[in-house]
Amino acid sequence: MDRYVTLKKTSFNDFIAKLATIEQVVAPVSKGYGQYAFEPVTGGESVAVKHLPTILPPKKYFMPQREDIVAFNKKEHSWTPLAQTEKMAIFGVHTCDLAGIQELNMVFNTRPRDMNYLARKNKIAIIGIECNEYCDEYASCHVMENHLPKGGYDLFFTDIGEAYIVHVNTQIGDGIIGGTGLFAEASDADHKKLEQLREAKRKIFKNEVKVDHQGLKPLFEKSYESKVWDDLDKRCVSCGNCTNVCPTCYCFDMKDEIDLDLNAGTRTRVWDSCQSEEFAEVSGGENFREERGARQRHRYMRKFNYPVTRYSRYFCTGCGRCSRTCMAKINLKETINALAEDKS
Amino acid sequence: MKTETLKESSYITKAAKVLRAKKVTEMEKFLEITLPGGESLDHEPGQFVMVAIPGIGEAPISVSSSPTKRGSFDLVVRNAGAVTAAMHKLEAGDTVGIRGPFGRGFSTQILEGNDLLFVAGGLGIVPLRSLINYVIDNRRDFGKVSLLLGCKTSKDMLFGDEVSEWGKRLDVNFSCTVDRSDPEWKGNVGLITTLIPGVTLTPDRTFAVVVGPPIMYKFVIQELLRKKIPERQIILSLERHMKCGVGKCGHCQMNGVYCCQEGPVFNYEEIKNNIEAL
Repeated sequence: MDRYVTLKKTSFNDFIAKLATIEQVVAPVSKGYGQYAFEPVTGGESVAVKHLPTILPPKKYFMPQREDIVAFNKKEHSWTPLAQTEKMAIFGVHTCDLAGIQELNMVFNTRPRDMNYLARKNKIAIIGIECNEYCDEYASCHVMENHLPKGGYDLFFTDIGEAYIVHVNTQIGDGIIGGTGLFAEASDADHKKLEQLREAKRKIFKNEVKVDHQGLKPLFEKSYESKVWDDLDKRCVSCGNCTNVCPTCYCFDMKDEIDLDLNAGTRTRVWDSCQSEEFAEVSGGENFREERGARQRHRYMRKFNYPVTRYSRYFCTGCGRCSRTCMAKINLKETINALAEDKS
Repeated sequence: MKTETLKESSYITKAAKVLRAKKVTEMEKFLEITLPGGESLDHEPGQFVMVAIPGIGEAPISVSSSPTKRGSFDLVVRNAGAVTAAMHKLEAGDTVGIRGPFGRGFSTQILEGNDLLFVAGGLGIVPLRSLINYVIDNRRDFGKVSLLLGCKTSKDMLFGDEVSEWGKRLDVNFSCTVDRSDPEWKGNVGLITTLIPGVTLTPDRTFAVVVGPPIMYKFVIQELLRKKIPERQIILSLERHMKCGVGKCGHCQMNGVYCCQEGPVFNYEEIKNNIEAL
């Protein structure tokens, strides 16, 4: 039986403070200039409950920008596989980012499984928050079908006015409710408010592009030779911002770092970007995606085409981060519309 | 943050010993390597290992010896980047890290009972040697065997002694060509594609196994199709940049395909519509 509880907004600061005494809590915090970031918090005052998608998605806790994978020691001729984990609760995860985490789970749970990712994942509690309206004009969560909760959380908060109604989805979530002791069982009136809100959302959230959900994969399948990629080729500056901020980009590099004694060190996994020129270059000098347009096409195909074949799921969450961050104003919605209109 | 040791990981690296190290050309070094306790690598011909030089990094390297050789395996590396440059400094007795074997190699089960046409261009002989020697060691399990070998000049030829042994065998049809001749060279001169029209073969029962530099594939495939070899009987091994070997890091991806997991060996039918593959 699904359990729903409520938390009065006046108790929210206490909730975060109490949760922070149990384990580390990270939540969106305002960084000024309309920017937000997930950071450790100890009380509710610093939490930006209403926020635009954070600069980096919660992926940074599941697959950090730098992560030691192997410790080596030259003298001892040893390589020791490591996992670095951090127990925490993430508060304030939008439904788009919940989808992003679910998609990363699929990738790293595919055999051969990535034990580093799985070790981290199992130490993180996830508390989602519902978006009652669009974040901004960059979001395309409706066409990606991520504007409503679809699981992937332990607790899920929805703002229903004076209070939050909270879906308790897992035993871990139930433990947080019990451990903080600030929640009441949801009443029929609370449920009614949730229903009304979801009804209102149906009128607010509409397809953001000229293609529907099912039509995206076929559109991209026939778009390999589109001249839209030539346009992106001229505009893209290969900075890799789009892939860094993407909740489902997981490409990485492995780097050896050696201590000053030149004996011990670590193999470290660091984020990489398929947008950088040398990403697909082999040592003989051959580059299999030399053109920026080909690299942008690859990025889009990795969201709208290849993962659907492999995982039956789009790997674009509709969060809009790539468009928000692009210095060359390459806009995901505009790209999709341009492909849909391209008759070449 | 808590750091713990993982018992299970795709990154388990074995401390392997270099048994023999020999510079074989200006650019290439041969390394014979043994795993701890003489454990066999137990690879499929055409698979690769990740070789780690601590403090420098890892590189994917094709296994050049046949799995019929037990207890040790061979690598040949071209000095082309930081890791391979460090591998060129290795001597007998040194230690390297080995992960793998990874990828899908040449399926000897599918090749058995059929005629084989090996086409090796340049460094392509390095991975192909793992299959050639496997076939020679199990020679009666295969039909007619032809080997076409091409390299830039006679000085670039790898495994010269072994190649001349193959050339002398009565159960292997051998032809060799160089792109550029020199005074000592008495054989064919021209690209490897020029050797294909002269081969007599029965297309339906012939598997062509082609390994060479990226530029070679298009032209060789054209010649093989002209010989009426079915698309799925043209077997290729592709080279890509790789960081993990386990289908995660993204570097080796060709359209939706991870070369390190689904390849590096493909048949032509599988990848002919993959615009990033060839």
